[in-house]
Amino acid sequence: MSEHHHHHDHDHSELSETELRVRALETILTEKGYVEPAALDAIIQAYETRIGPHNGARVVAKAWTDPAFKQALLEDGSKAIGTLGHVSRVGDHLVVVENTPQRHNMVVCTLCSCYPWEMLGLPPVWYKAAPYRSRAVKDPRGVLADFGVQVARDMEIRVWDSTAETRFLVLPIRPDGTDGWSEEQLAELVTRDSMIGTGFPKTPGAPS
Amino acid sequence: MSSTAAAAATAAIPSIPRDDDGPVFRAPWEAHAFAMALTLHDRGVFTWPEWAAALASEIKRAQVAGDPDTGETYYLHWLATLEGLVARKGVASLETLHRYRDAWDHAADRTPHGKPIELRPEDFAR
Repeated sequence: MSEHHHHHDHDHSELSETELRVRALETILTEKGYVEPAALDAIIQAYETRIGPHNGARVVAKAWTDPAFKQALLEDGSKAIGTLGHVSRVGDHLVVVENTPQRHNMVVCTLCSCYPWEMLGLPPVWYKAAPYRSRAVKDPRGVLADFGVQVARDMEIRVWDSTAETRFLVLPIRPDGTDGWSEEQLAELVTRDSMIGTGFPKTPGAPS
Repeated sequence: MSSTAAAAATAAIPSIPRDDDGPVFRAPWEAHAFAMALTLHDRGVFTWPEWAAALASEIKRAQVAGDPDTGETYYLHWLATLEGLVARKGVASLETLHRYRDAWDHAADRTPHGKPIELRPEDFAR
């Protein structure tokens, strides 16, 4: 897969009109002592599985069951996802990176509007922390260990830094013991963390 | 507070989009708007009946103005209600809200893609 790193001078962050108003309110309420950002985050995190269409899990499940789709997905993520009628917009440049027994992928992002929440659902709260981001680049194995994710010593770890132009989705390895499963059943195993590479899909039969 | 407070909110405001397990959100900002209302209620800024009445009149106003009322705009009305109540209760005037909105717009403009957008004092400079 080729890497695309376009840098344009006019590049800047975008917030929608609605996002601007929400941020304005949050800032004012925080300054005036009505809300604490941490308390607000805690409420929002409680709903993290209930925000957005969670298209990513369906896309991953399809790739696990349909080799032609998987091939197309790895070649051009946005285009392949665009062929699924039921999936909403994913932006122009979604790159899907495949985990293999030799290589684990992990995505870092700084949480501007480039985070593909339509695919992944709400980002984890630690995702926007600068220390996490810089450490993930320097010591991905250590960061993953903190999340309880053990990656074999001889396995390569690749870290992808998400930008507005290029957003990433990790295609995790299909769990063993799922032969003959339907797309719907498989999608249930796909967690957000497995799609950003800070976790693995659920194991069949394990308590959810 | 969250789960019981959220349960009280969804009980008091039957129009909140939900499934069997509670509120659902179409986008992250909607959850932020929901969480802010929950927090302000918790701080005693308004009661749920007061909120419900303000939200109902906001929705009515939007419908008169041609809102398609398909449910997709629900949290836009929620946000407008939040802004209206914050102004009416003297927490922050609409003018202040606009000033902060413009400052965030400025902050986004000067922030390169991929960097966290943070509000700085100079974003308020005109």
